[in-house]
Order: sequence, then C-alpha cells, then structure tokens
Amino acid sequence: MNILECIINNASVKIPANHGIVLLDFLRQHEHLTGTKEGCREGDCGACTVLVGELQGDGVYYRSVNSCLMPLSDVHGKHIVTIEGINQPKELNPIQQAFVNDGGTQCGFCTPGFILSLTGYFVNNGKFEPADALQAVDGNICRCTGHTPIKKAIHHIVDSLKNNSAADGTFLSYCVEQKILPDYFLAIPARLRSINTAPLTDVHIEEEHTIVVSGGTDLYVQKAFTMHAEKIKNIASWRKSIPITEDENTIHIPGTTTVEEFRLSPVVAKYFPELKRQFECFGSTPIRHRATVAGNIVNASPIGDMTCLLMALNAVLTLRDAGSSRKIPLRQFYKGYKLIDKKYSELIESVSFSRPKSVTRLSYEKVSRRQFLDIASVNTTMVFEQTEKGMLQCGISAGGVAPVPLFLAKTSEYLNGKMVNGDTLKESLRIAQTEISPISDARGSAEYKRLLLRQLIAAHFMKYFPGAVRKGSLI
Amino acid sequence: MKNFDSEKHVRGESQFVDDLPVPEGTLYAHVFYSRVAHGRIVSIDLSAANAMHGVAAIFTAKDIPGENQIGGIVQDEPLLAEHHVHFIGQPIAVVVADTALNARSAAAQITVEIEKLPVITDPRDAFLNNELLVPPITFELGNTNAAWTQCDVVIEGIAETGGQEHLYLETQGAFAVPAEGDAVKVVSSTQSPTAVQRTIAQVLNIPMHKVEVDVLRLGGGFGGKEDQATPWAAMCALASSSLRRPVKMILHRQDDMRMTGKRHPYSSDFKIGLKKDGTVLAYEAAFYQNGGAAADLSPAVLQRTMFHCTNSYFIPNVKAVGYSCRTNLPPNTAFRGFGGPQGKFVIEAAIFKAAEVMKMDPFFIQKKNLLKNGDEFPYGQIAERCQAVPCWNLLEQKISIDDVKRRTADFNSANEWKKKGFALMPICFGISFTNTMMNQASALVHIYTDGSVGISTAAVEMGQGVNMKIHGIAQRIFSINAERIKLESTNTTRVANTSPTAASTGADLNGKAVQLACSVLLDRLKQFVSEQLQQPDSAKIVIRDEKLFNDGKETEWTWPRLILAANGARISLTAQHFYSTPNIHFDRETSKGQPFAYHVFGTALFQVTLDCLRGTYGIDAVNVVHDAGKSLQPVIDRSQAEGAIMQGIGWMTMEEIIYNNEGRLITDALSTYKVPDIHFTPAEMNVHFLDSSENPFAPFNSKAIGEPPFMYGIGVYFALMNAVKAFRPDVTFPVIAPMTPERALCLLYKEVGTLAPSLQ
Repeated sequence: MNILECIINNASVKIPANHGIVLLDFLRQHEHLTGTKEGCREGDCGACTVLVGELQGDGVYYRSVNSCLMPLSDVHGKHIVTIEGINQPKELNPIQQAFVNDGGTQCGFCTPGFILSLTGYFVNNGKFEPADALQAVDGNICRCTGHTPIKKAIHHIVDSLKNNSAADGTFLSYCVEQKILPDYFLAIPARLRSINTAPLTDVHIEEEHTIVVSGGTDLYVQKAFTMHAEKIKNIASWRKSIPITEDENTIHIPGTTTVEEFRLSPVVAKYFPELKRQFECFGSTPIRHRATVAGNIVNASPIGDMTCLLMALNAVLTLRDAGSSRKIPLRQFYKGYKLIDKKYSELIESVSFSRPKSVTRLSYEKVSRRQFLDIASVNTTMVFEQTEKGMLQCGISAGGVAPVPLFLAKTSEYLNGKMVNGDTLKESLRIAQTEISPISDARGSAEYKRLLLRQLIAAHFMKYFPGAVRKGSLI
Repeated sequence: MKNFDSEKHVRGESQFVDDLPVPEGTLYAHVFYSRVAHGRIVSIDLSAANAMHGVAAIFTAKDIPGENQIGGIVQDEPLLAEHHVHFIGQPIAVVVADTALNARSAAAQITVEIEKLPVITDPRDAFLNNELLVPPITFELGNTNAAWTQCDVVIEGIAETGGQEHLYLETQGAFAVPAEGDAVKVVSSTQSPTAVQRTIAQVLNIPMHKVEVDVLRLGGGFGGKEDQATPWAAMCALASSSLRRPVKMILHRQDDMRMTGKRHPYSSDFKIGLKKDGTVLAYEAAFYQNGGAAADLSPAVLQRTMFHCTNSYFIPNVKAVGYSCRTNLPPNTAFRGFGGPQGKFVIEAAIFKAAEVMKMDPFFIQKKNLLKNGDEFPYGQIAERCQAVPCWNLLEQKISIDDVKRRTADFNSANEWKKKGFALMPICFGISFTNTMMNQASALVHIYTDGSVGISTAAVEMGQGVNMKIHGIAQRIFSINAERIKLESTNTTRVANTSPTAASTGADLNGKAVQLACSVLLDRLKQFVSEQLQQPDSAKIVIRDEKLFNDGKETEWTWPRLILAANGARISLTAQHFYSTPNIHFDRETSKGQPFAYHVFGTALFQVTLDCLRGTYGIDAVNVVHDAGKSLQPVIDRSQAEGAIMQGIGWMTMEEIIYNNEGRLITDALSTYKVPDIHFTPAEMNVHFLDSSENPFAPFNSKAIGEPPFMYGIGVYFALMNAVKAFRPDVTFPVIAPMTPERALCLLYKEVGTLAPSLQ
C-alpha cells in the first residue's frame, strides 16, 4: 500500500505511506491542527490526545490515543479526531462549557487533550458514571488546576447527561443530539467503509534490522528521534480484532491484543474479576488503547505489568516464523537485560495459560511513586491453588528487582504444598530476598525495592491468609 | 461573567509560540549542552556537525557580537559557555538547521573536550568550600541569645526540602524574525518581556528600541519562565539576526528539564525556644540554599525565605541567616512561593518537633502563636489588617479540630495497617516584589471609533487569569458589554520597562494601572458629554450598561454614539497610566523596612490515610479558609487556590528531583518525575474565602492569589508524619521532604539510624 487514506476531522486525506513520522507531527506541521499540543512526547501528559475511530460492527469505536506515540502509518482506514473536529461552529459543547464554568482550564495547554479524552468516553458509552469518566482522563495531566476544578466539571457533565443517556447502539446520534459531536460524525461510518482496509494476513520479517512495532508505546519513547529513519514493520495496525478465547484447558490471548482489550475481556473477567480495576494502573487509558500484550512481553522491561502477571500465570508463548511455530514458557523467555529468546524473524502469535480452577487465586500488587500512569517501583503477582493441603501450583513473579521480569522460582517452590502461617510467610519472605538483585534508580533505591517487595508479598498473603501477617514480624 | 480566554482554550484555539504560523524560510534551533557538571573546555569540534544535512550555522560563544551575559541580579552567567562549564545542561552551542530534527541530529555530532573539575551538588558542601553566590543575609528581631534562658524548652534540629520541577505544560520556546536594519522581533514564552528585550539588546549589542518582544500567552510559567525563558529567546535572536532568517526553538521536554533550574532545595538548621504553655519565645534558623551554578534569582529567593521564616506566627526573638550556595547544578530559580515555602517548612518542622518533646498537639502551639495586629515581623514591618486568627477561627467553626482528633484516634486504634493523620497549616504571605523598584506597572488603553477597547499592560497571561481580571476592571469602570474589551498581547513597544509578571502582583499592579487609565478616559468622556448636555457637573454623568445617564435620567446617548462623537470632537480616546505601590521600602543593610503592601492569610486542615503495609497514601480532605479579599473573579481565584494547593501537595509528596553525584539529573522526564494526577486529588477539597476582608492596595479590595495557597501544601507533610507516628509511636523521625512512598515506607519499617538524609 503506497497511499494511506483516512479521515481527519471532516476531511478525507490521502498521505504518501512513506511518512515515518508520528501522527502528532503530521497534525501540527502538515495540517496546522495546532489544538493538538506537544507536552512531553512520551505519552505521559496527554496534551497530544486525539481520538482514533475504527469501524467495529456497524458503528465506529473511538479510542483516545497519544498522537506523539502513534506512527502515521497507523491512520489508514481510520477517523482521526482533533479538538478542531469536535468544535460546534458558534457555541461551546457541554463538555467545553463545564470546563469553563468550573475553572477547569487555566493556561489552556492541556485542555484540548482532556476534552478529547472525555469525548471519547461519552461517545463509546451508553451509561455514564463519574468514576468511569474520571478514569477516561487518567492519561491527562494538568499542572495549573491541580485537577480539582476538572473533577467538578466532569461531575457536572455526567450529572447533566446521566439521566437521559443513550439507549444502547445509538451513542453517536445521541452525542450529536447533545452537541458533544458535530453532525458530520453521522456520515463517518459510511465514509470509513469506502476505504479499502484489507487486513494483513501473513507477516514476514525479512531483514534483521527491521523494528517490529506492535503498539509502539515504549518504542516511540525510547527512539523518539530516530524511528522516522528506521525500517519498521507495523504489525498491530492491520490486525483484525481477534478476541481472547478459552477452551477446556487453556486461555488464548492473541499477541496483538491491546492491554485495554485484555483488561475488559469477558474471559479475563470471568476468572479474575478484580483485574479490570487493578489494571487501570497499567499506563493510562490512551496507552492501554495502543500497547499490546506481545509488545509488552518483547519489550522485556523488568517492570512490565503484563509480563509480571503472565509470568505468575505460567503463560506459554507461541512464536511464529514464516509458517513454522514453536512454544516457549514465558518464565524461560528472558535471558538477560533486554535479551529475549526470540529470533528477529519470530513474532509472538499468541500467549496462553491454563484455565484457572475454582481454587485458583491471584493477587496482583504494584507500587509506584504515583498510583496511576506511572511505572512500578516494584510489582508482583502471586497465583496459587488454595486447597486443604495448603498452597499448590504456587507462582510468584516480581518486577523491578532484577534485570529481567523475574520469576521467584525458589520462593514459589518453597511455598508449594505448604500450609500458610506466620512462619512459612516469614521464610518465604527471606527466600525471596535471596532471589533478587535490585538497583537504585529513579524509581527507588535498591534497599527500598527490597523492602517493598517484602511488603508486597506480605500483601498477597494478607488477602487470603490475613492471620499470617503480623506487624511484629515485619518491623 | 464570560471568560474569553477559557472559551478559546476549550476549543483549542488559543495560540502558543509553537502554534503561530511560521513564515517561509524559517529555521529551527537546537541547543548543544554540557554533559559534564564542572570543567574546563579544552576544545570544541563542530566540523562533523557542520557537514550534516540541512545545517545553516552553528553558534558558539565567540559568535556573540555583544556581551555573552544573561545574569539578572548578578552578572555571572554566560549565554553560551566559553572557557568553563558549571553544570550538566549548560548551553555550549546552538545548531540551526532547516528542520528541528536535523538540528538535533547535527548537534549529536558535536564533540567537546572538557577537563573535569571537582563537582559539588550539596549546599552544605558548597558552604564549607566557601562557594557562596552572594554574601550571607541576616534578619534579626529582639535578642535570641538573651531569650534562650527564659525558655522552658529549647529544641534544635535539621529540616530539608527538595527541589521541584515547574512542569509548565508548554516547554520553553521562542521565535525570532529579523526586522528592518539590525532590528529583531521576538515572540517568547516569557514572564519577563523586558528582561528578554534587555538581554537580547546586550547580546546583540544593539539598543533596546531595536528589540521588540511580544508575548501572547504562556502554557504555564510558575516562575520557571521569569528568568529562564530569556536564553532561548536570546539564542533565536542571535541566530536570526546573523542569518537574516526567522528562527524558532521549542525545547523538547527532556532538554527543558535538563537545562533549566527548579525550586531551590534547602537544608536548614533550626533552634526553637518555648515556654511551658506553648508560647514561642525565640527562634533561630540557618538556611543553606542550593542555588545551582549561577545566581539567577537565588539571592531574591533567599531573601523571601527570610521574610517568611516565622510564617504566620509572632515570635519576639528571631535570628535567621541565609546562605545562597553555589553548586554544579542548573541555576535554581523562581518557583511559586519564591523561597517562602522553604522558610515556612522549617518553622513548621520546629513546631512539630517541639510539640513532640512537649507532648502537645502541634496545632495547639500553632494557634497560640498566631500573628495579631500590631505584631512586628522580623523585618520590622507591623502586621496590619491581620487575618491569621479570623481565618483559623472560622476554620474551627466549620470543622471541630477536637472532633477530627478523636475520629483519627478512633480509626487508628481500630485499624492495624491503615493509619490516619491530620495537620493544620496557617499561612501568611507578603505581597509586593521585595525589590521595591520592581513594584511598578503601566497600562495603555485605546478606545477605537466603533466603541471597542484594546488594553495593553505589562502583565503576561500564563493561566493565572490576569487578562480576565483586568478585563473585568475595565468593564466595571466603563460599564460596557464584555465583548467590547480585548486584552492585547504583552509587547515591549506598547508597554515599556515592564516588571516581570511574578510575585503574585500581576493583577494588583497592572490592574491598578488599568483602573487609573480607564478612569482618565472615563473622566475625559464624561467631561465631553457634560458639555454636550450642558451639565455643569460631569460627575452627574453616569454610564450604565452602555447607556448614558444625566443626573439619574437616561439620555439618548449610548457608548457607541459617545465614542464616535468624542472622536469627531478630537477628544483623545487613548490613555496611558502608570502605577507604583505607595509606602513600601526596604533597607538591605539593616534588613528592616516595610517591604510589603499587604499580607495574605489563611489556614488549612489536611487529613490523610496511610497504607502502612505498602507506604502509599491518599488525601482524605483539605479544608481551607483563605483570605482572598473581595475576589475580582471568584471562579479564577478558586481554581488558582485549588491548583496552588495541589502543586504544594505535589512538592511535599511525590515530586522528587534527583541528581546523582556527578550532577546529572536522574528524574529528567515525565516518566520519572511525577506530578499529581486527577486520582491523587483530595477526596474532598473545600476552599472557603474569608468574606470580611478589606485591601486598599489592590483593585476593588481584591488580593493577590497566585502564590499564597501553595504553602498550605506543607500541611500534608505533617499530616503524613502524624500517620507514620501512629504506626510507630515510639520513634522520632528526621524531617525531610518530600514524603515519597519510598520515604514513607522506610520511615515505617527501617531503623531510624539507617535513614540516610537523602535516600538516593
């Protein structure tokens, strides 16, 4: 494909496909859509938030994304919405008006991003709740207002829309009716359908130096100024949305599943209902809209949240290479700092783990400097079967305490078959300390990370064996 | 009241420097900076960089036609390093190319050989090495030496506060266009248009009238663009005037964080003496300010630390000494509160420690020593219209502190792993630039023949709402439709010799100047109409909602008719006016005088919950009674107060600046430097404005709002400390801010002896 076709606000746009830049630069420099701001170029402020609309069934699903981390090559067949694209000709829309009324904007630099994140929330949901609407702006930072006035504005918007919100399926027309969106949005689904978007069926990575992009939410941070010149293969952009499935023994996660799709998956929710809330602390909503399961695994960050979870679940990766494929347990995938057991031409097709039993328990813990939109100082997951014979199939993973995402093999082994009491807890905490080698960095000193991991393992136990955790044994 | 600025913001229509359409042929500049914190430059090799694609020119110190100097208070800082480098991030060269990316790529090819010299990052080390930026400052009241013997309890200790990144969402930037002759026009994201103008004139060796600086608005400033917006504008002007091409520079966030200074970290000693009943008799403090590698605004910041070293309390015997210490870090600079927060933190730490020893509640000591009318500040000014006690009392009327105390204790005895804590935080903040000469402002008001009004002032709009406040003042005086009034950009050709928009004084000084200019115009217009209506007393002419009334009776005259007629009668429809704050003075030799026009007061109550297993915490409630005067714009003032409080909370909790021993900033990105997000806001935040406040020193009895509420944030630190103490009642802890989750967890579990002053 040599030409990218998309709709930007109300304009159909064709772009030569060799543009290796990110969407933000295209919007500002080529389209002069300057309402989209650059605040950090690493997905940490949300000033560049835009909505990306994709056909889904009969309608269009809009996701908030950080345009600073989205390669332009991803726009094909999509509706890109900037602040200019939701303005009503003369009046303010209800979201904009609430921000003005409640003092939710001061310098104005972050404001378009907040408005778009909220717009994305209202367009995709039939029922509105303040807590969910607040969650929609978890990727936006305002330095002036301290967010309290924004919180008030959000409550006011939700209150005013809540009682007459759309019946399901007609969100778009409801939002047009409420003037949250201009009426040209109604024609967008048909316009998108007229763009040819054949899904990519088979990907071959032929050259060793090709950079495979599957979301790119960390790649475009680490290589912000060189990605435009790299040879990249964007595998997530042409994907068909394949859901997470289960069979008798196994849960299957396609590699290109986004973290947000994982978080909201009914299959995941069936076994681990608490993960939906807990994974809100994975990046932010716009990051989760782009980041993928395979991307998180291959990125090999020692503090990857998805990796931490899947490692405790003893997930197995299916790697595909030009027709052939092989399986490898995630626990054996990491060979050193950012070193993985994968040939350049292999792609993670899917990730699977055993279907949890009724006695399977999971505890996920993460502490970071800020609870949301932050990288863990330490994260850890514990999975086990709670039986009368004690803990079985115990698996504890830990991030931020070694050069790789770590499986605490000895600790897990020790706990297998044990009845949990104060003594076994104490011994497991001791063993865990022998398995880790944290370093001091911006996320904490080595001694803090040691202490924190101890506390978080104790926190795992607190959930299922509250009697075993004693203040006296920790101080 | 319509807020025209907000309406543009929410539509994404507000223009910032980087949003302006650039002319054909614009070039982009990128700064090459030192990777060594201290050293001698042996050689600079630009050849590889010069050969890179798209490069137009590379500028170093030797290319500066005028003075290579940007220092404001002390002339100690070059625009581009020539012989020595003094911090990592110090600009050495400016690469100019056809695109920003090409300029960046070329800069990566520059090589510099630097002979390394010893690096100092700690202010106390600098002090021991006699590395002071300016001579020490001393403030003294009464006689502390004589007072100690009268005290029942004397406590000494150390208190430390960390730095803080401004994190204005819009990074630093500027855009220069060559004008006729050797003149230059610069659009800059600065709080100090005149400082930018003066510095460029000095760097280019041209008179100031050849430098036009224009500022439309800033995407946040917080002090970070008071002095430190200047270099980027000067570099653009240098390149533009040399190449005769427009040149733009917008800093990437990481470069901005590495090259610019922040809030000053302080390490301070205190000694406090009290009587048994909690009366504070004497207080001594020594402040070691981490100034960074050049003076910048550090001496003025340190002075304000001294002014606010006793916060909202009357203490009869005070001795404070301040040292501005030179270290190999980027020069630290103005940041909301301007040294005041650092000074207040230390007295609060002293009271907290005294309460611990005396087994009293800190709030008992705080309340007992609040300032009253007639009390003398350590700098000789007498407290007037003092609202410290009324604010405290009103807060107590709204929320019973005894109740809070009881409920906190109940919760803590019922919960092993979660502990609550609370603390009160009164504030008193002086309003005026402490450098008296800076307390001046001008306004230029045009009425156009269609009745529309254009207002220019020295004030820079950076989100604080100064434009809308001034808009409201003009509207109130003229009594015309809001749509008729427009605030123009801040431009050095329209309003000259401006003071920076800083020290919370923007609306006070410029508002007063506008009030005077508008009144002159109104008087002129009334005089004209009274002649037309044969009314001998022009005071009997009144304009109300665009209609003219003569002695209470509506006339045929309207605002548009009036303006057109006045223009026809050759009446000037333009007025310029100047305002300077009356009655203020300060003697730097004796550290005595009347530096402030007035003070702002208030009290806050913080309630927090600490997760003692994980070291994480949340803020349950912040309740404040704040003395905002008669607010010009309540929506703006409330948002200002709430935003300032949150920024103060950030400084005391998650915001942590970490430099390593080589002087390299570790927290140099938004992924490692965290500021409060929407989830960290207090579950409850109530800011109540005290309504019985008078203030003749600002327009219509209003009061400055920008900085004072920031200092409430200090309360969250002591509330968290109280929660820690509830988990470990037997231990006393060092007072070191910020209380990051790391620090909290270490306080909860580590042996106190192993708690290093800095955990990093």
